[in-house]
Amino acid sequence: MSVDHGTTPLIEVEHLKIFFPIKEGILVEREVARVHAVNDVTLSIGEGETLGLVGESGCGKTTMSRAIMRLIDATDGRIRFRGNDVTSAGRRELEPLRRELQMVFQDPFASLNPRKRVGQIIGMPLRLHGTERGDVEEKVRELLARVGLQPEHVNRYPHEFSGGQRQRIGVARALALEPRLIVLDEPVSALDVSVQAQIINLLDDLQDDFRLTYLFVAHDLSVVRHVSDRIAVMYLGKLMEVSRAEELYTKPIHPYTSALLSAIPIPDPEENRRRERLAPREGGMPRSGIPLLGGEPPNPISPPPGCVFHPRCPRASQICRAVEPPLVGYPNGHLAACHHPMNVSPEEIKAAEKHNSSPRSSGDELPSVLGANGSCSAG
Amino acid sequence: MTAADPAGPVATDDPLLTVDELRVSFATEEGVVQAVDGVSFNLGAGEVLAVVGESGCGKSVTAMSLMGLTRSPNARFEGTAHYKGTELIEASEDQLRRVRGAEIAMIFQDPMTSLNPVQRIGDQIIEQIQEHESLPDRQARERTAELLERVGIPRARERIDNYPFEFSGGMRQRVMIALALSCNPSVLIADEPTTALDVTIQAQILQGIRELREQTGAAVIMVTHDLGVVADIADRIAVMYAGRIVEEGTLDQIFYDPQHPYTWGLLGSITRVDRPRRERLPAIAGLPPSLADRPHGCHFRPRCPLEFAECMKVPPLESRVAGQSQHRDRCWLSVGEKRARREVAPGEIGLAAKNVTAA
Repeated sequence: MSVDHGTTPLIEVEHLKIFFPIKEGILVEREVARVHAVNDVTLSIGEGETLGLVGESGCGKTTMSRAIMRLIDATDGRIRFRGNDVTSAGRRELEPLRRELQMVFQDPFASLNPRKRVGQIIGMPLRLHGTERGDVEEKVRELLARVGLQPEHVNRYPHEFSGGQRQRIGVARALALEPRLIVLDEPVSALDVSVQAQIINLLDDLQDDFRLTYLFVAHDLSVVRHVSDRIAVMYLGKLMEVSRAEELYTKPIHPYTSALLSAIPIPDPEENRRRERLAPREGGMPRSGIPLLGGEPPNPISPPPGCVFHPRCPRASQICRAVEPPLVGYPNGHLAACHHPMNVSPEEIKAAEKHNSSPRSSGDELPSVLGANGSCSAG
Repeated sequence: MTAADPAGPVATDDPLLTVDELRVSFATEEGVVQAVDGVSFNLGAGEVLAVVGESGCGKSVTAMSLMGLTRSPNARFEGTAHYKGTELIEASEDQLRRVRGAEIAMIFQDPMTSLNPVQRIGDQIIEQIQEHESLPDRQARERTAELLERVGIPRARERIDNYPFEFSGGMRQRVMIALALSCNPSVLIADEPTTALDVTIQAQILQGIRELREQTGAAVIMVTHDLGVVADIADRIAVMYAGRIVEEGTLDQIFYDPQHPYTWGLLGSITRVDRPRRERLPAIAGLPPSLADRPHGCHFRPRCPLEFAECMKVPPLESRVAGQSQHRDRCWLSVGEKRARREVAPGEIGLAAKNVTAA
């Protein structure tokens, strides 16, 4: 149990590390380097909760969600499902677990077998897990109706549907076995804006009806806001910040979160003009004190020492280059791994404590009032 | 409406680019796909025009047809597009080659697939420069290095000899922009230039396009599905739906006085991280129609909660707001009624829900 959110955790991830070896050699392959995809992450998801997992491409969010699904083996660390350690469970042990963990994929064009009928696609998990042949079709029709498709579509092929409809088929397939947890890997990124909202609203309704737990993976902060109870921000295999959803938007503590927020365009010309008058355009639009981020995420083969975000961080100082910041607990279960946090008062910094979900490699240095300029320095 | 004299002189105060009643259709096995259906617009020098719409609304086909990139045996074109005295739709390949790159340049959506993977990026840019200007190798290389620096590629002089795979997505998009700018075009067409990129990189690229426009004075046609992206960059916006422009106006007109219900829906579905969260995301019911089988009358009618008898006739694109001749739309409702019904919450524009079969 890492974060206090008042419910029993369904999934607990402890100090999870997933490294992919890079091998070279002609006769004998030797490991020459490792991609540090997930680098010591501790998280938990409560029953019925939606955790948003956000980060730029290559931050390890998909790798982590696949490890939770047990599709990728962990290099180190523990994954617990309802308190049972499933990190190294074998095929046979995993079978009952597979019922409870389901996934909806990003690309609705690639994740449905083009040569199977919708009925076969949704019916397959049912059959595999022992539903009587005669009952399958009725169950499939029910599921289709539940996700907003016509039950008569059971005999159609995926190509006869639009992107949004296909995503509904993917959701129906994930629902078939009445799972506890559904991992949603960017489920709306490939869809048009007007259809995105339909799918998000559907997921919202299904969660209420079936008391589902969601892990919602996304690459930016705009979509997850509507579905998440809590949001975790990842960067280069590490957790930067974990917070209740609303607080993350009003009070981002980590400069990276703040930068992600200010990179989202504001659909309001007057607001943009006003902001430009305040701060003539240089390095972008300061919304919460963080200007436009320069550069790109570094290579996860050799992550930078200290805080992995320091090469791009406008607040970075000497300590950031040397010491990896621990995850520090602030009020409301808000965690952030930063030596120079934003939007926090000196009192909050004084009361802050190193959280037990911090990476093992992190230092014990807590953010100091001096280094942080008190509360948010620019507004 | 067919080809005017391609070499006909154009007065200097005329717009740079005039598209008139452009129609593009493709004969397919499923029938005739009317991708672009009577699109007209002007582009002034140094202006940024955003063409906004969902996938399959014809926005990319419009942009690509200006460059002659949609020509194929099954394609049919009508209408004209005049650029500085050249008619582009009926132009010969030779005429087009002189325009492409040198006068009108294009940035494509996918930086991963639009560069040649087996040619060094410097050589790709040098090739384009030398295609249009007789410049010695060394000078062309020097200009290429300067271009790469200008679009923000670090250590440009070393990286000029790299291959595309050695760059990240954001860096490749910068190379694409450098390539597009290499011959100082007067018009830059950017087709979803940031869709494939992360938000922080998107912000950098948008900033880059903004700066380049200020420096070079090039006019920009920005094709995108995201109204949010253009709020900070566009002068004028054309909203497309099912092959037609359904609304056209200045940035402020579209954002603060939108006339077409589809525009309301688009505006309403943008998530705003700087506002309190809404309980439910406003969705536009239903799906955009197939371009091979579009509904009669107003194409948005089946998804529109305000549909009435008049909507069976195609509304013309015309100015309906008094005193705002630049602001044109295709909706039969009266301006007063629109203003009353587009407000879903105080100060918030959106499209009220309609019960139709879901997507």
